[in-house]
Amino acid sequence: MNNGKINRVKDTIFKYVGILACSIGLILLAIFIGNILIDGFSRIDLDFLTSLPSRKAEKAGILTAWSGSLWIVVLTFFISVPIGVCAGIYLEEYGKKGRLTNLLEINISNLAGVPSIIYGLLGLEIFVRLSKMGSSVLAGSFTLSLLILPIIIVATREALRAVPSSIRAASYGLGASKWQTIWYQVLPASSGGILTGVILAISRAVGETAPLIVVGALAYVPFTPKGIMDEFTVLPIQIFNWVSRPQHEFSINAAAAIIILLIITFALNGIAVYFRNKWQKKLS
Amino acid sequence: MKKYKEKLIEFFLKLTALVTILTTIGIIWVLLSESISFFKEVSILEFITDKQWTPLFARKHFGIMPLISGTILTTIIALCVSLPIGLTIAIYLSEYAHIKIKKTIKPLLEILAAVPTVVYGFFALMVVTPFLQNIIPGLAGFNSLSAGIVMGIMIIPFISSLSEDALSSVPRSLRDASYGMGATRLQTSFKVMVPAASSGIVVSVILAFSRAIGETMIVAIAAGQQPRLTLNPLVPVETITAYIVQVSLGDVAHGSLEYKTIFAAGITLFVFTFILNNISYWIRKKFREEYE
Repeated sequence: MNNGKINRVKDTIFKYVGILACSIGLILLAIFIGNILIDGFSRIDLDFLTSLPSRKAEKAGILTAWSGSLWIVVLTFFISVPIGVCAGIYLEEYGKKGRLTNLLEINISNLAGVPSIIYGLLGLEIFVRLSKMGSSVLAGSFTLSLLILPIIIVATREALRAVPSSIRAASYGLGASKWQTIWYQVLPASSGGILTGVILAISRAVGETAPLIVVGALAYVPFTPKGIMDEFTVLPIQIFNWVSRPQHEFSINAAAAIIILLIITFALNGIAVYFRNKWQKKLS
Repeated sequence: MKKYKEKLIEFFLKLTALVTILTTIGIIWVLLSESISFFKEVSILEFITDKQWTPLFARKHFGIMPLISGTILTTIIALCVSLPIGLTIAIYLSEYAHIKIKKTIKPLLEILAAVPTVVYGFFALMVVTPFLQNIIPGLAGFNSLSAGIVMGIMIIPFISSLSEDALSSVPRSLRDASYGMGATRLQTSFKVMVPAASSGIVVSVILAFSRAIGETMIVAIAAGQQPRLTLNPLVPVETITAYIVQVSLGDVAHGSLEYKTIFAAGITLFVFTFILNNISYWIRKKFREEYE
């Protein structure tokens, strides 16, 4: 074989190595999920969804866990979305090239890279202790809101940037002010993109465990939260609690709870992708 | 009147943007203030040089090294898994795959990053460790090997997506020139495209590194809770993040030395990730305009 042939063989080999690399992660994920389904699927029934936690594995349920997650997600949504979207609008539409904008940009990119557990330490000190909220739903929601703020800001900016400048020009041409242009033209045109980012950020918040553990969310709560100042647990912490126990029955419970958590995560991600595709078609 | 309203809105929007600055100040202030009061009781020298970390025992040692070694060990194992696979995927998608395949595979791979980390922890403990114990007889029930491998799978999309973006943004002309010289796709990939996209690829690796250092639930579940100064991947270790979780789950009184240790551990973690994130930000800024 001459050099050229050897090179072409190598080229073909790499192509298959590439296909293998692409599939290996997905195959492993499929094996994992398959395993979980086998372990946990038969454990899921109405009792599992509506029972309180218990020392006996076969009686334990995830009522407190999912209701805690729901409280956290709703509250986090209402705290983080207005702040995140407004900050995104400021940076994209108002921020002039200058020191402050530059600082804000570096800062947001840094915040996005801060490990989630550090946000937990922040929340523990600022919200739980100094603001005297205790380990409440409110403290947990504030902590997660700060955590997902960079995601929402970046997504908002990208969505605003994608709006064609002709829309802005037309609005200004008709005599609209800057804010009128943003409120009546740019925001509606970018809403699909912003929505996608918000849903992805919320999906991240649903799966977060570490910061809430640090804030003091409990592994065992015998009641569902009735208000924002109540103590709480969430689905991922319940899973963590069950995984950490040596008895096999509890790991079956964990698998069942993971199925529920994965359904929520994948559903949110699927909805986000759907909105993104729809929005991109509309824009172009 | 209208102008006044416009100014007011702009001011309000500016305030919301400043929340992000406040967050950073808050993080640094919280970590510093608690750590400073920690270092009033424990000397920095002991913190850095002592080879044991036993703040929760009767005989207390405050050497951060075992936690750092546990963190670095799991991170390196994760990178050994994700770097070759992620880069191969990036090159395959940008140089070999049809555009339609690329558009399907990329979002599929990003599912890996969307799965909650507590789920990966379950995989590592319940699936990967028992499997590896069949192959490696001496493997402990908690170990950094399976935690690292699973973490590596999780960060594959960080490396593959960002590196693929970097490869795709290299101008076509470079690729065409290489093909014109009779080079194969493989030669073009490794001798032209990868060097040309190197800054973007380096950024992706640094970000994956930083992500792995800060990852918590996988190591807290599967790597164990025994701080140990070792590079042996088969025994239980404890990472900085896992230690913070361990203390948070227990009943530690506020103001006690044990309480302050999690902030001392936290600031160590924060310094590491802060440096890595800034290096990557700097590389991105510096090399962005290279081909424009």
